[in-house]
Amino acid sequence: MTHQEIAKLDEILQAHDYNSTLLIAIMQEIQKEYHYLPEEALEYISKKLKLSEAKIYGVATFYENFSLEPKGKYVIKICDGTACHVRKSVPILEEFRKILKVSEAKPTTDDMMFTVETVSCLGACGLAPVCTVNDHVHPAMTPEKARELIQTLKEQEKEGEADED
Amino acid sequence: MKINTREELIAKQEEYKASLNSQKKQILICAGTGCVAGGSLNIYDKMKEIIEAKGLRCALILEKEPHDESIGLKKSGCHGFCEMGPLLRIEPMGWLYLKVKVEDCEEIIEKSIINDEVVDRLVYKDKTLKSYVKQEDIPFYKQQTRIALEYCGRINAESIAEYIALGGYSAVAKALFDMTPQQIVDEVSEAALRGRGGGGFPAGRKWQQVLDQDVEEKYIVCNGDEGDPGAFMDRSMMEGEPHRVIEGMLIAAIATNAHHGYIYVRAEYPLAVERLQTAIDKAMDKGLLGKDILGSGFDFDLHISQGAGAFVCGEGSALTTSIEGNRGMPRVKPPRTVEHGLFDKPTVLNNVETFCNVPPIILNGAEWYKGYGPENNHGTKAFALTGNVNNTGLIEVPMGTTLREVIFDIGGGVKGGDFKAVQIGGPSGGCLCISATEDHLDMKLDFDSLKKVGAMIGSGGLVVMNDKSCMVEVARFFMNFTQNESCGKCVPCREGTKRMLELLTDITEGRGTMAHIELLEKLSDTVSATALCGLGKTAASPVVSTLKYFRDEYMAHVVDRKCPAGQCKALTTLQIDPELCKGCTKCARMCPVGAISGKVKEPHVIDTAKCIKCGACKDGCNFGAVKEA
Repeated sequence: MTHQEIAKLDEILQAHDYNSTLLIAIMQEIQKEYHYLPEEALEYISKKLKLSEAKIYGVATFYENFSLEPKGKYVIKICDGTACHVRKSVPILEEFRKILKVSEAKPTTDDMMFTVETVSCLGACGLAPVCTVNDHVHPAMTPEKARELIQTLKEQEKEGEADED
Repeated sequence: MKINTREELIAKQEEYKASLNSQKKQILICAGTGCVAGGSLNIYDKMKEIIEAKGLRCALILEKEPHDESIGLKKSGCHGFCEMGPLLRIEPMGWLYLKVKVEDCEEIIEKSIINDEVVDRLVYKDKTLKSYVKQEDIPFYKQQTRIALEYCGRINAESIAEYIALGGYSAVAKALFDMTPQQIVDEVSEAALRGRGGGGFPAGRKWQQVLDQDVEEKYIVCNGDEGDPGAFMDRSMMEGEPHRVIEGMLIAAIATNAHHGYIYVRAEYPLAVERLQTAIDKAMDKGLLGKDILGSGFDFDLHISQGAGAFVCGEGSALTTSIEGNRGMPRVKPPRTVEHGLFDKPTVLNNVETFCNVPPIILNGAEWYKGYGPENNHGTKAFALTGNVNNTGLIEVPMGTTLREVIFDIGGGVKGGDFKAVQIGGPSGGCLCISATEDHLDMKLDFDSLKKVGAMIGSGGLVVMNDKSCMVEVARFFMNFTQNESCGKCVPCREGTKRMLELLTDITEGRGTMAHIELLEKLSDTVSATALCGLGKTAASPVVSTLKYFRDEYMAHVVDRKCPAGQCKALTTLQIDPELCKGCTKCARMCPVGAISGKVKEPHVIDTAKCIKCGACKDGCNFGAVKEA
């Protein structure tokens, strides 16, 4: 890890008073920074919080929201709660996987641009079926809208690159 | 800034009420998760822009601005009619506009704000095209009674001043200065307030047990880990009236002499976390949380603890251990949470909705509360009405309201087919239905009535299913959910749910036999009797309940190898109707496995031996000639 990264971790730990009961909150902050939990970061907080690496690994793997694998720039989550399920969310999930050539076992595209996963009920049942892109909710999805969404995101990305040039 | 005494609170209440009343008109834009996703925040920004451009005074924050003749613009909590969002309410007339778009803002300001005209095309219309201008007159709202959701959608969700203006925190003042802790507990016990999180355990009994323990350190914990798929009542309360939740918790703290509280919110609700944090900060600032509340000498601090995606954390002992920073796994009970709860101390653990019911009970008394609902099932219940129903949304009705009233009067009937069943209580609950032997439509929705038919209110998710839903598939869906969320600590749940899921998958994929059904029944018994926590004990409920009411559907799957609803792909056979087929060859070209043959302009045929049932031909046919047999 770089000095900057260590400084960032120290900042997070300090904000939580090095309190080991706040482990989940601390890991959430780290994940916000990296979009996943890097191994070195967990090793580092293990020392600082005086918790065993096994304990931290145990907590990190227990909760659905923590990821030990890096994720894509756009994380697409398809809600598979009951309401979305009865309003046909599965074909939408399949459509995303088909266009992005990803699967349950390999959720992230090779260019690290997209990650496709399911999420338990988001509580936006009135708008079912829904998906989120980086926590932004897209209501009343259909497989067609899924294709359009990916197209828009890819175009945005291209424009972004053009702007940088 | 700080409110130091009860008298100052009353004075502030008068001041804020006067400011609120002096606003000429108020625009309440729904800023619940649903309407925000529909673009309501853009409408808010546009409204602000237009109001200012027209030289009108736009009041955003009640405490700060002069209000005479101004237009109040607010982000409110969920109005409930999510199907019709984004929603916009205009006060003092009580008009409700539906499906509002940014382009509508100009007209709304011109007609309804500057003048007193209704924008007719944004008003609710029923099937006969009759218009309903006032929110309270719309059939969806007419039969509702809002107690827990009283302020949700009525005030600026981020404003403590508006909450105080409508009488907020006066229940806390009453509890602090007019009542002893025992009197508060007695009032809640007398009102027979039962836990709204699922179990229906009497809240007063929990509070009494915590009050009776002479221990320095006690905790109040609010369970906002609403994980049931299809439920969003608690989310709406946390987002729309966060101060109500805080007030309820504070009263519980006064009643049990506890000085620390936690609200556990699931990570999928970022907006709820944000609104609660804002509310806590403002309440601290006003001295309604923290040290020496209203000069009474009573201290209470409140923290938010965010979940990280584990359904099982909705279980009491799992929730408290998760707050402590551990894997959220339940433990053997007893000892109960009231004795050994958070940090091993006596803990009052109640659900969000339960706490929201507390302030009005303290203010109006137990007798008033008992005016709602049948004996021992008093009050109201919030439900999230979703699935194949016309009016999806958030509703609150008196306990004992019938299922028919909820689905047909409030919900506006079933969408896309006839009513078949409603799943109540999520993965732990059961279904209510119309089947060959049962008709539950006139069933009363309350704790005791539902228990009799093997269902439960649970947290309050109501997922309506039409006749195109396959009940075996529904049972499989819930088992898949529970199996995913099983924490793995006890064998019956870890292994039992896995085996039950395999059996159900076999049945839906056409490999089922009678032995599968027998084994499912045995396993349901074993898991229910031996699992460690509520999640495991109730894991089999959807299976037991669908087997009870829809046994013929299971039979059709295993004996006839057919799915009556046509949902289970493996059990459907695709055929081409020779009458409708024009011989365009499109299906033959689309078929990925070359199972379709036929000459141009002559009816085609599907070779069922080759067919993989992908449905491409059915989706692609322009004449609707491909059918499930």
